[in-house]
Amino acid sequence: MPIKARITVTLKNGVLDPQGKAIEGALGGLGFHGVDGVRQGKVFDVELAHDDKSLASEELKAMCEKLLANTVIEDYAVELG
Amino acid sequence: MKTAVLLLPGLNRDRDMIAALTKISGQEPVTVWQTEDDIPDVDLIVIPGGFSYGDYLRCGAIAARMPSLEAVKRKAEAGVPVIGVCNGFQILLEAGLLPGALMRNASLNFVCKSVQLEVTNASTRFTSGYSNGQIINCPVAHHDGNYFADADTLAELENENRVIFRYANGTNPNGSINDIAGITNAKSNVLGMMPHPENLIEAAHGGTDGRAIFESALELVS
Repeated sequence: MPIKARITVTLKNGVLDPQGKAIEGALGGLGFHGVDGVRQGKVFDVELAHDDKSLASEELKAMCEKLLANTVIEDYAVELG
Repeated sequence: MKTAVLLLPGLNRDRDMIAALTKISGQEPVTVWQTEDDIPDVDLIVIPGGFSYGDYLRCGAIAARMPSLEAVKRKAEAGVPVIGVCNGFQILLEAGLLPGALMRNASLNFVCKSVQLEVTNASTRFTSGYSNGQIINCPVAHHDGNYFADADTLAELENENRVIFRYANGTNPNGSINDIAGITNAKSNVLGMMPHPENLIEAAHGGTDGRAIFESALELVS
């Protein structure tokens, strides 16, 4: 069965996230006062055309390094479905 | 003097850049479409501003992976001067030709106004027409101009005097770290800057403060 993967890209610790801050403020405005912080990220669902898991791990890592994440400011995590 | 301007889908400042380079260099630039993997011999390569690929994924991310950018890398390695303005700066960062990243403006607002820049290094091939500490006006128009780099990269840029333009007099429009508006690579032949000097090159623009960047790069000033 072809492999489905979920890649999560998040800002590194220490990188300012003004969008996350704005979302946090908006949540406060809606009455959610228990929020201590919000960081915004991205999710990519990738469907591969083969079912080789070890090849998939390698390919997905390369995709993150080369395009999906900007490793200057972002971390990524790959989850094989 | 021969110049080249990169064209990519979604750029919108290419015509302004072509007009400015035509006026300053005396001849129309060669245009290079994204799929071209070679750039003719020119004295200056410019990547103009806009919204290449609609800013999908990250500003400049898709454009930076196009064949024309591989050609820019080869030319830059060979010493040809390269200027990236606004989205062009974002593309140069994504292509790895300059260090750091440009993030969403700290205010979250798109900013479109005139700012002041301090020329913090007038000894580069892009700033020889200015003097050290000179304050110039320059327009900005962007949503993602908030320059960021890790502490080591920042120290390297500062120690090597590679921050050549800084927002001055409290006009930092985007939250850029150290008020950084423009930086060069280590070899000092690649410049990336958020402000638009091509929009301030003749009296009809309301000033000519941006003109000397192109004149310096084309060695039209002493």
